[in-house]
Amino acid sequence: MSDLIEDIAGGNAPEFTVSELSGAVKRTIEGSFDHVRVRGEVGRVSRPRSGHVYLDLKDDRACLAGVIWKGQAARLETMPEEGMEVIATGRLTTFPGQSKYQIVIETIAPAGLGALMAMLEKRRAALQAEGLFAPERKRPLPFLPEVIGVVTSPSGAVIRDILHRLRDRFPRRVLIWPVAVQGQSCAPEVARAIAGFNALAPRGPIPRPDLLIVARGGGSIEDLWGFNEEAVVRAAAASQIPLISAVGHETDTTLIDHAADRRAPTPTAAAEMAVPVRRELIAWADGQGARLSRALAQGFGTRGQRLRDLSRALPRPDTLTQTPRQRLDWASQRLPAALRAVVTRRRAELQAAGSVLRPSTLKARNDRCHDRLETLQRRLGSAVANGERLRRRELERCAARLRPQGLVRQRDRTRLRLEEALRRLSRIAATRTAEQRTRLEALDRMRESLGYEATLGRGFAVVWSGDEVLTEAAAARAATTLRVQFRDGDVTVAPEGAARPKRRPGRKPPAQGSLF
Amino acid sequence: MPDQPQAAPIDQMSFEDAMAELERVVDRLEHGDVALEESIRLYERGAKLKAHCEARLKAAEERVEALTLDAAGQPKGTTPVEGL
Repeated sequence: MSDLIEDIAGGNAPEFTVSELSGAVKRTIEGSFDHVRVRGEVGRVSRPRSGHVYLDLKDDRACLAGVIWKGQAARLETMPEEGMEVIATGRLTTFPGQSKYQIVIETIAPAGLGALMAMLEKRRAALQAEGLFAPERKRPLPFLPEVIGVVTSPSGAVIRDILHRLRDRFPRRVLIWPVAVQGQSCAPEVARAIAGFNALAPRGPIPRPDLLIVARGGGSIEDLWGFNEEAVVRAAAASQIPLISAVGHETDTTLIDHAADRRAPTPTAAAEMAVPVRRELIAWADGQGARLSRALAQGFGTRGQRLRDLSRALPRPDTLTQTPRQRLDWASQRLPAALRAVVTRRRAELQAAGSVLRPSTLKARNDRCHDRLETLQRRLGSAVANGERLRRRELERCAARLRPQGLVRQRDRTRLRLEEALRRLSRIAATRTAEQRTRLEALDRMRESLGYEATLGRGFAVVWSGDEVLTEAAAARAATTLRVQFRDGDVTVAPEGAARPKRRPGRKPPAQGSLF
Repeated sequence: MPDQPQAAPIDQMSFEDAMAELERVVDRLEHGDVALEESIRLYERGAKLKAHCEARLKAAEERVEALTLDAAGQPKGTTPVEGL
């Protein structure tokens, strides 16, 4: 009742519809907050397929919903990431359908250098974890590239510095791929340039460079930001053509420096890395040529010297023949005289020998030989007869000594030894038989004491049925007659009442009621 | 000579390869332990390599071009750049 009364009491206040009120709130909010800058930490970020970006901005006490429309999101320099401290610029609006308000963000930037650096470090760590900066990915620069591709702004000091230094060292063919080196289009253009140079056909109308230089002059971290973008870093890491990065001054490090094969502190330094100094190479080639000629000349010189040394050591041919020639001369001079002397001497010897050589001398020698032959013939006959007599006497002497008594004596001795051996053999056999018998008796006694027959003496009896020993009562009951063996004989009995059951032990009827 | 790519035609060699082989040839010749015929052959090879290197050094010519890009950002040609 009191509610009703109050309602009536407040009746002069204007009455809104929900839509009217929501519209009034919307106008108020949009009118008062049509351009605001708000600082906060980025909370949850969602990017649905529509392309719009939804995010929360928050501090320790409040939370503000935010939206970045698709068109705006594409132009953002830094994409908001969760946890990032940002300053967002935009306008507040309401969403009457759900009684909500939100900020429509036009630009969003990291709040301060610390936040930017933190984000950079996070991105660097993520790309590093992917292995994009691994040392083994780095490829060596070509010693002398034919074509150098430069990704930079076509105007300005940077390209001029590079071209000047190349001209000084080793003029080359240079292809400039013009790009924006700062601003929102920087990163996509640089990434496309690196990929585009790589995509050129090696022998196409536009020659494919052997080396790339990505260069930019110094600037603030925001100016250089494009070279920190993931797309640029990935393009540099993926480049098949060796790549030198020369972005900013020596103290500036951007992420492309980590992915590049070499990092140059300045554009000029990049040109120095790119090509050797032509003058030095010309001097080197001259030096090599000189060494080549010197080495060849030296080789000839050394060999010539050795040849001269050797030929000096070699004696002159006529000195080798002088002495023999002299000996020859000397010998040939003496030869005719020597020949004459020899002939004269031989002739004298022949005459001396010829003087004693007559037929009578030969005959005397012949007679002497004849006499000697006859003497020997005479002696031969008597010598044969003597020899025969001698042998016969020898044979008779041996025959006289040949008698049988010796053989008989030896036979008798052998017989006596045989008889003695036989006597010893029979003695040994008798002894061994007696021993074996004693052992057999001992074994038999042992057998008796171990066998069942000995137990009969101690009161046990054995029950037989036919030839079988009975050990089971059931078998005894089944038998018609039983033979009980005692120590001194057997008794035959009939089993009593084979059908009577035996009381089983342990099955007494309970004497009292079971407790269970 | 198993350690030397003697078969490589010199006119197709890169500057760096020719340079490296020229150094090897000079080293071998200077060590002097090669036969006379071999030393003459090495000298001739070295002279050719040197001539090739010098030709590549002489051929150094500056030529600077900027790529022209089509609407899609793809290269469609080059224009000479002068005055830089």
